[in-house]
Amino acid sequence: MNKKSFGDRLVAAPYLVWSAIFIIVPLLIMVYFALTDANGVFTLSNFSQIGRYKKAFGVSILYAAAATVITLLLSYPTAYFMTKLKVSSQRMLFMIVMIPMWMNFLIRTYSWVTILEDNGLINSFLRSIGLLELLNVDNLRLIRTPGAVILGMVYDFIPFMILPIYSVMSKIDKSLLEAAEDLGSDSLSKFRRVIFPLSQPGVISGITMVFVPSVSTFYISKMLGDKTTLIGDSIEFLFTALEPDYNVGSAISLLLMLMILVCMFIMNRFSDNEGGGVLM
Amino acid sequence: MKILSRIYIALIILFLYAPIAVMVLFSFNSSSSVWVFEGFSAKWYSELAMDDSMLTALRHTLIIAALSAVISTVLGTAAAVGISAMRNRIAKKLVMSVTQIPMMNADIVTGISLMLLFIFIGRLIGLREYLGFHTVLIAHITFNLPYVILSILPKLRQLDPHLSEAALDLGCTPLKAFFKVVVPSISTGIVTGFIMAFTLSLDDFVISQFTYGTYQTLPTFIYSMTKRSVKPDVYALSTIIFVTVFVLLILYNILQSKSEKKRTETKSY
Repeated sequence: MNKKSFGDRLVAAPYLVWSAIFIIVPLLIMVYFALTDANGVFTLSNFSQIGRYKKAFGVSILYAAAATVITLLLSYPTAYFMTKLKVSSQRMLFMIVMIPMWMNFLIRTYSWVTILEDNGLINSFLRSIGLLELLNVDNLRLIRTPGAVILGMVYDFIPFMILPIYSVMSKIDKSLLEAAEDLGSDSLSKFRRVIFPLSQPGVISGITMVFVPSVSTFYISKMLGDKTTLIGDSIEFLFTALEPDYNVGSAISLLLMLMILVCMFIMNRFSDNEGGGVLM
Repeated sequence: MKILSRIYIALIILFLYAPIAVMVLFSFNSSSSVWVFEGFSAKWYSELAMDDSMLTALRHTLIIAALSAVISTVLGTAAAVGISAMRNRIAKKLVMSVTQIPMMNADIVTGISLMLLFIFIGRLIGLREYLGFHTVLIAHITFNLPYVILSILPKLRQLDPHLSEAALDLGCTPLKAFFKVVVPSISTGIVTGFIMAFTLSLDDFVISQFTYGTYQTLPTFIYSMTKRSVKPDVYALSTIIFVTVFVLLILYNILQSKSEKKRTETKSY
């Protein structure tokens, strides 16, 4: 028996070696690059250059936070209404939300350029109904604005918010809702005291799944944004430029990673407390 | 209320599908513009058949997706079995935390950290062209593994340990017991993990962007194209992919609800 379970544990060995070489070592090398100069000599100067990227960090956090809040506000009712449908329609809708994720992100984001351009679909439509004339402008400025970048983030990552919230909500035990009704809850307090607290885990995972890719994106801002650089743009530039600067790039990436870790830690703390409150 | 909620869901679907509709429409455009629609034509579909660089990128994507899905499924299944047999709780927790790093971390950080590893090794052995097929494949296996492991582990937790003991008592070798007893009971987890790995790999852009070097995949090809000018044949290709996925999923959905109907019908007898 003991021998057998030892053999069982041994089959994980290839994976353990793999994850050591390709997960842990790369992060250590990133730390090494962040703490050395181009000649491999120890230095902290990479971090002193961070000041130049303060604005990019700030803008990225701001945009990603806005995108996350908007996505949550759009997704929560969607997931809630989905659970009210027939089971077969629920499954169909689940698929409909999931299908865009199988399409290439870049092409779908790029399609928004066609829609939002100065002579794009929205502006042409507004022109044809005479609204632009009424406002006395040639076109509405939709593309190359902060709004367009946030829209791109919301669009690209909204399935990652709808699906986890829906999964958690659809698993809520119906007898809990009946119990709440029997104890005299109206539908509002049923929502506030049963459905909302029990859907928290879905909300939390949705928030992280939208915030993390939004705060670190670079292609969305390149396609839809103005000249404002996000932190992802800076990192991409530092690593893929003709004369790349791996050292400063590593320092910024390290900070980005730490920032995401801190955000997730706070989120998890917050959700734990909420969970405790629900139990009481 | 019911009507309002239906309208709301319809608007969300409109939002999700508007860019896809635009893409499908412009794939039939008779001019090469992706801004102005000038009339219907199927020329971009025949153009696509001759676009060697795009078809090469598509082939690379499919090869990487298939290989990385197979390798990460095999490695990940073994890993899940090994992890669930671990007795030391601290070691188990440590392994699980490391496993979650690629899922939690921003893709761009995973991508550049792997790129730095390859640069580092490339410098050590004095290679100049260190990025290519191998590095993309390694990167994709690395970010696929956690999803495979996490879709198999719950199935292993539900598995009755006495089953494989019984198989051993009845004279199976441990390997035979594994394939006859364990694998069938965790097969749904393995299949889910494989499908997830395959689709994640097909879709990945950010991590590939930092590791592809000379081995361009479809997403990195499209990215470099959007920086210059977009040819509508990429819309044609996306339309073909979209229609394929859509038909497959709808068929799957219909088959599933049919078999469920049958099951409830036989139950009620």
